[in-house]
Amino acid sequence: MFGKLTLEAVPYHEPIVMVTLAMVALGGLALIAAITYFRKWNYLWTEWLTSVDHKRIGVMYIIVALVMLLRGFADAMMMRSQLALATNGALGYLPPDHYDQIFTAHGVIMIIFMAMPFMFGLMNIILPLQIGARDVAFPFLNSLSFWLLVAAVVLMNLSLGVGEFARTGWVAYPPLSGLEFSPGVGVDYYIWALQISGIGTTLTAVNFLVTVLKMRAPTMKLMEMPIFTWTCTWANVLVVASFPILTAALGMLTLDRYLDFHFFTSDGGGNAMMYINLFWAWGHPEVYILVLPAFGIFSEVISTFTGKRLFGYKSMIYASGVIAILGFVVWLHHFFTMGSGANVNAFFGIATMVIAIPTGVKLFNWLFTIYRGRLRFTSPVLWTLGFMVTFTIGGMTGVLMAVPGADFVLHNSLFLIAHFHNTIIGGAVFGYLAGFTFWFPKVFGFKLNEKWGKASFWFWQIGFYFAFVPLYILGFLGMTRRLNHTDNPDWTPWLYVACIGAVLILFGILCQFIQVFVSVRDRKKLVDESGDPWNAHTLEWATSSPPPFYNFATTPVVHDIDAFTDMKEKGIAYDRPARYAPIHMPRNTSAGLIIGAFATVGGFAAIWHIWWLAIVSLVGIVAAFLVRAYDNDVDYYVQPAEIERLENAHLAKLAKA
Amino acid sequence: MTSHVIQSHAAHAAGHGHDHEHHDSGGSTVFGFWLYLMTDCILFASVFATYAVLFMNTAGGVSGKDIFELDFVLVETFALLLSSITYGFAMIAAHKGNKGGTIRWLLATFLLGAVFISMEVYEFHHLIAAGHGPSSSAFLSAFFALVGMHGLHVAAGMLWMIVMILEVNRRGLAPRTMTRLTCLSLFWHFLDIVWICVFTIVYLMGAL
Repeated sequence: MFGKLTLEAVPYHEPIVMVTLAMVALGGLALIAAITYFRKWNYLWTEWLTSVDHKRIGVMYIIVALVMLLRGFADAMMMRSQLALATNGALGYLPPDHYDQIFTAHGVIMIIFMAMPFMFGLMNIILPLQIGARDVAFPFLNSLSFWLLVAAVVLMNLSLGVGEFARTGWVAYPPLSGLEFSPGVGVDYYIWALQISGIGTTLTAVNFLVTVLKMRAPTMKLMEMPIFTWTCTWANVLVVASFPILTAALGMLTLDRYLDFHFFTSDGGGNAMMYINLFWAWGHPEVYILVLPAFGIFSEVISTFTGKRLFGYKSMIYASGVIAILGFVVWLHHFFTMGSGANVNAFFGIATMVIAIPTGVKLFNWLFTIYRGRLRFTSPVLWTLGFMVTFTIGGMTGVLMAVPGADFVLHNSLFLIAHFHNTIIGGAVFGYLAGFTFWFPKVFGFKLNEKWGKASFWFWQIGFYFAFVPLYILGFLGMTRRLNHTDNPDWTPWLYVACIGAVLILFGILCQFIQVFVSVRDRKKLVDESGDPWNAHTLEWATSSPPPFYNFATTPVVHDIDAFTDMKEKGIAYDRPARYAPIHMPRNTSAGLIIGAFATVGGFAAIWHIWWLAIVSLVGIVAAFLVRAYDNDVDYYVQPAEIERLENAHLAKLAKA
Repeated sequence: MTSHVIQSHAAHAAGHGHDHEHHDSGGSTVFGFWLYLMTDCILFASVFATYAVLFMNTAGGVSGKDIFELDFVLVETFALLLSSITYGFAMIAAHKGNKGGTIRWLLATFLLGAVFISMEVYEFHHLIAAGHGPSSSAFLSAFFALVGMHGLHVAAGMLWMIVMILEVNRRGLAPRTMTRLTCLSLFWHFLDIVWICVFTIVYLMGAL
């Protein structure tokens, strides 16, 4: 009846887990009680959960990302404190079987459930606004993608209290992740969480590619699209081309584990290296998927706050394209030690080093944009400058490791860990945080508190160097990754410093939450009536903050790369149109949420081998999809009177401001 | 044919002056479906690559030469190729506005798909009964996964076809229905192309 699931699956004997669960349960109950007390269920359901509005879906993506940031960071704190305690032969407080789950969960959460939803959240909110669109090409599909992500997040977090998570590292290499060496449900949680969210990601990318190519304002040429839209588009091309490879690799691992296939097993002729190749054929493009949109954010921030047009707009687009293409032919540098021979390693090593060229082009473009501009040192600019320094160091250590000979020494050492945190934190995360501050007033109509924002930046920036420079050194001293405890006195001081660095980053994160709290409290003082608080260049600032649900009352007419600056210079930015035409909008739907719920149950059933429930869920998914597909009443027209009322209210506020 | 369909939809949309911002308009949907098909293509490519790496790893068991029956697979192949032609006739009927003809050709396509799937299931059953199941070797794992994945796609296409037959029967050939027929058409022809690759790489190259 319940497959492999018994009451034994709940880890009663692990105090750390049980205390965490109790706190999560209390927090959840408090949240439910609050929503009930303030009678917000109906509002939540009709305005948010069933919404197909890209801006609301984007906000929900970012909320998920921030919640998962807390969990992923809690894992990081536990690892750093364990390693600081467990030196010179001490064992620390985390036994290996628990510690192994923590480092696996940390990697999976930070990449798949923090960075990806943060990036998709910003893309959802901003990209349609930047191209003058009313919504994305397929609004229901957008909602479905989000709820598939939520399904995966729920599964990921369930693994904490029901059963276990994988102990394989976030890459889940076989044969360790095969049934022989990982007989528990941990790897199954990993497989289904990644598989479900991966399908959502693929659908999102298809959706946004169609949006960019078919839905942008008819007067906007491709080479007039804002740079953030362009970098997101390149990222989406990479998603479409790489995520199916992950789907295939995980699918085959599933067959190995569930139906005794022999793709990656040690016996029966299986080949574990095939999994590793497929995994990185996805995994390497994945890091460019994360960082390219961040490059776009930095470009927007720098050109806005220097008050200048971005230097080298076209070269920026081509450089992004070159990075996207090269990102696809370097996957083997993750395992030079596989033994594929000097020529193969040389090819992949050189291809990897070549990526530094288009990235360098970008860096010089940003520098030349700043040159002779009047840079306003706001917190988004601080994140950008911090990125330029930090990411350059990360890039250089990357070029160093692209030399196969050097990689043989540094492979799987903490040097590698320092390198990819250097690029992903210093590149992607700094970018998303810059974008968060930059676009926050657009979404909510008031700015974030600058003092706490800057404090957060400095804690993050300084904490980053304290946390990761020691790891570079430890890598040279021979410390490998994923160690539970160590016994080398030379390493001990560096492990202490790294732990202090993690605490500094913790303060950075706390500052951000205080920043949001303080800003919401002082929202009257921080209010922005103009819709354009930074005197920015692109179309998302041409509408009110927050934008009306239809985004633009009339489709913007674009004559320039910096379309909004162009309008402001011509004095037509806030002109009232002669008349309003009806606007065609999609209706809200609960179908995405229902399919997501079935996917959650189905995934859970598959993990625990509860086959009847898995079949019921699959039938539910197909049925819910068909019901939705058969429904032709999916849209409506907003009438001119309604548009006029909303637009007049906005224009009246503008006149006052 | 596809470009013709997109044009006819664009013409249709242009016909309704106020409809120019249509969400889910036919052109976008068909283009989006093309993109989805490309992701599916990469999915198949990944499994093909794995098959190419593993097909010699027979773990002392049978190889393709020992188990493939080309005559049988040839019949199977022709059933699927023929079903692409019948689907083409269904689309021609649909563009002429011939509802009955569309349904009849869709039924014919469905039946040919059913022949294909039945033969595949028979082949799988036959292999497993003879002790050559997917657990026997990496070669057989890759074979069952690749051919089976294509089979699952065909089965999903057949389910979709039933839904389309019901929809055409009830709603006629409205623009939205035409868009869906076009997408299914792309899907079906795509699976045909994948099968040609399966037939060539797995069966022909394996049996020779």
